Amino acid sequence: MQRIGVFICWCGSNIAATVDVVKVAEVIKNEPGVVYSANYQYMCSENGQQLIKQAIKEHNLTGIVIGACSPRMHEATFRKAAEEAGLNPYMVEIANIREHCSWIHKDMDEATEKAVILVRTAIAKVKLNAPLTAGESPVVKRALVIGGGIAGIQAALDIADAGFEVDIVEKNATIGGRMAQLDKTFPTLDCSACILTPKMVDCAQHEKIDILSYSEVEDVKGFVGNFNVKIRRKARFVDETKCTGCKICMEKCPSKKGLNAFNMNLNTRPAIYIPFAQAIPNVAVIDPEQCIKLKTGKCGICQKFCGVGAIDYEQKDTFIERQYGAIVVATGFKPISVDAFNEYGYNDNKDVITSLELERLMNAAGPTNGVLLRPSDGEHPKVITFIQCVGSRDTSGCGKPYCSKICCMYTAKHAMLIREKYPDTEVHVFYIDVRTPGKNYDEFFRRAVEQYGVDYIKGMVGKVYNENGKLMVQGSNLIDNEQVTIESDLVVLAAAIEPEPSVRKVATLLTASIDTNNFLTESHAKLRPVESPTAGVYLAGVCQGPKDIPETVSQASACAAKVIGLLVKDKLKTNPCVAIPNETMCNGCSQCANVCAYGAITYVDKEFRLGGGKTEIRRVASVNPAVCQGCGACTVTCPSGAMDLKGFSSKQIMSEVEAICKM
Amino acid sequence: MKEVELKMLERAKALLESGEVARVIGWKKGEFFYDPSPASFETVEELDGFVYNWFCGANLSKYLIEMSKKEGKTAVFLKPCDTYSFNQLVKEHRIKRENVYVIAVECLGKLDIEKIKAKGISLIENVEVVDKEVKVTSAYGVDTLAKPEVVLSKCAACTKTHQVKDEEIILHETPARDVDRFEEVKKLEAMTEEERFAFWREQLSKCIRCNACRNVCPACSCVKCVFDNPNSGIAAKANDDKFEEQLFHIIRAFHVAGRCTDCGECSRVCPQNIPLHLLNRKFIKDIDNLYGEYQAGETDEGKTPLTSYTEGDTEPNDVFNGEAK
Repeated sequence: MQRIGVFICWCGSNIAATVDVVKVAEVIKNEPGVVYSANYQYMCSENGQQLIKQAIKEHNLTGIVIGACSPRMHEATFRKAAEEAGLNPYMVEIANIREHCSWIHKDMDEATEKAVILVRTAIAKVKLNAPLTAGESPVVKRALVIGGGIAGIQAALDIADAGFEVDIVEKNATIGGRMAQLDKTFPTLDCSACILTPKMVDCAQHEKIDILSYSEVEDVKGFVGNFNVKIRRKARFVDETKCTGCKICMEKCPSKKGLNAFNMNLNTRPAIYIPFAQAIPNVAVIDPEQCIKLKTGKCGICQKFCGVGAIDYEQKDTFIERQYGAIVVATGFKPISVDAFNEYGYNDNKDVITSLELERLMNAAGPTNGVLLRPSDGEHPKVITFIQCVGSRDTSGCGKPYCSKICCMYTAKHAMLIREKYPDTEVHVFYIDVRTPGKNYDEFFRRAVEQYGVDYIKGMVGKVYNENGKLMVQGSNLIDNEQVTIESDLVVLAAAIEPEPSVRKVATLLTASIDTNNFLTESHAKLRPVESPTAGVYLAGVCQGPKDIPETVSQASACAAKVIGLLVKDKLKTNPCVAIPNETMCNGCSQCANVCAYGAITYVDKEFRLGGGKTEIRRVASVNPAVCQGCGACTVTCPSGAMDLKGFSSKQIMSEVEAICKM
Repeated sequence: MKEVELKMLERAKALLESGEVARVIGWKKGEFFYDPSPASFETVEELDGFVYNWFCGANLSKYLIEMSKKEGKTAVFLKPCDTYSFNQLVKEHRIKRENVYVIAVECLGKLDIEKIKAKGISLIENVEVVDKEVKVTSAYGVDTLAKPEVVLSKCAACTKTHQVKDEEIILHETPARDVDRFEEVKKLEAMTEEERFAFWREQLSKCIRCNACRNVCPACSCVKCVFDNPNSGIAAKANDDKFEEQLFHIIRAFHVAGRCTDCGECSRVCPQNIPLHLLNRKFIKDIDNLYGEYQAGETDEGKTPLTSYTEGDTEPNDVFNGEAK
């Protein structure tokens, strides 16, 4: 005989203000199988849990239903409480009467009625629950970091310093990421390379860190503690173990017209190149689209001049497979394409540039050796106009609805640096709002205005057009309530940032969720900000949301702490809610194995008894419970219903549906 | 047709005599010439009853699930449409391919005796087909009918060609395949929701739950069907609704979605003449639209759109919002 206990939580006023919790507890008392029903202000509190434990013991409960918040919030809390009272933790069901009920309804009668239905549904399910026991799986003590920008570098260094092996997979030929392209960093104005390159070198020299540059994650199998990752090592046509980074090949290469992506395509580079002076690894790479030898078979000059015989035109992509316990995603960002913003004339005027292009124009290692010269004619610009929020906070559909967060600060930085270095330059900034929260940030911005005399204009720019070789920036000045036209020599667009597009593939491989703007979703916006909802996957840097360098580094270190916390464990408890096939009904059709994202299903030949003393060998599905993540894809694919999920059996689901439909 | 039948008989005899195969699956004469039924022939003597004529519409591939488990090879005659079902069953590991000897045979479309009788002809003695004309000889004389009017509904929109690997082929003529098999589906799609509901309600209400469609369907080959399994929670669902037939057929259509080769056997065997193939064909059309053209059973390997994921896959909410590509 089932003895079910029901516990309705008020969640302070979160639930009780909209749901008549006392009434719910009263009505539920009369449900068949329910022998105890109570309500309490905070079920998750020490006292609330005590109430549950006592009821389990006193009333000899065989299963309990908690009407409270989302199971994502407190399922673990209540399972633990049940276990302490001697009840199997999988005999606990949560009826979500907060997120699914009180928070989305206004009418108390309706919400109360719905809460009763939700609790009844959970009762219907718990009656069919069976005690389950979690298994154990070992933890591979190695971490993978996807992306070698500052986020990936910091995370890798922290994890490696704790004594664990780390691999950094970087799709470009060098680590360093976007930060390597920056000239100075706010709010201290120290040189980006000066603070980044020592960390890059640390990575290269760390005995626990393996940098897999020019590589991409190709496939991911497995689960937390036991990921099996296939990595594509793209052919760089240069033997990484031989190249000394002497750059003689770059000098001799006859094909020098390749656009230099590191310098935002503002100048050119040879077909064989090292992206920048401090690249790690300091190894050349050949662009196969540009290399004469690879395209026509004739040339081979770099091979002739290479003193160590590192050039290998026959090199092919190779694949390596490695096991990891944890994965950090740090895939970073790119500025959006500003092509959609015709009004700013980016494609029509060479002297309309983006902020990242300006970084390169001001950098000593950039195309102009750090002298600010405008791209069209190499002259010093005398009037520079910045336009903020190009594609940020944009609801027109051309840009992004979010604030890119870093633009106000870097624009102030650019304005200040220009005024410092070229005091005869006039600098204007069009802005919607200036957003500078952060330690020493607002002071930084005020310095730009007050000490450096940067002209901040509140208002948006309607258009930028060319008139007699001058860029006319037409905008509104909302403070003075007038239309202004500024004759400029250079216009700088603070383009919004967006997640690096390759994050979509990574997210798919990791089954990590992604939001409508392609930012990876964290497990809880406030309380689990660096963890992906996919166990064992952690998020660092802009792949999770717009942020600046200090925040990125903090998040990367937080990720590392989480990863270290995971890797120090020898074993993890596995989820016992796994798929289980009924072999007598299995057709052996392989459809479940086809949909299984974890590779948990294989097939075995088994002998079955038929009538009349006969037997037959049949091909049937077999689930590896250590690999199965309980997603249930197989159960809905199986045409005969042979596949079921422990803890979420088809019968349980159907009984829930019936309970909902039975008004 | 006669030449093809003779060649088939010759091959069946040779295969049985040489001992290369233990049995041949083909069609056997019925009480009348127009009601042949599938049969297994194990000896040359048994082949006396062998027939292949304009009424051999039955798909023989599903019999191979059991036959291929037996000792010795089984030879089978497959029409173009049957080869798709065969491939699909091989792909799902339901047929032991190594135990089957396939002979692909010509098909110019099979005739529906019910449609001929519906023309008011009785006491039929012989049927001859010349091009697009069907000459029916009965006790009352000779009637000439237009062939498209009296072919099985599954043959009316046939676009199939032989697809089996390592097959032996017996061909005499190749028919032209220039029909739009989705024509009837498009008519249904053009209806309003109410009209369509009324259409299917009327059709499905004729169902007597004889299970013939399920039993003949090569995709319905489960060891235990959910409708026969009291634990599935579905068997009872289909029964406790006065409109149970609707649930039965819709659940069945979902179960075979992505696997149905459009062989049309469901409609052929339905004693109530429900156009069941249209449910499946609608699914096929939708899968083509959402995931790119796909024909189940075209090969016996490879990925299928409903059980594989690609980055370009249509998102479910796009389908819901009518924004699917």
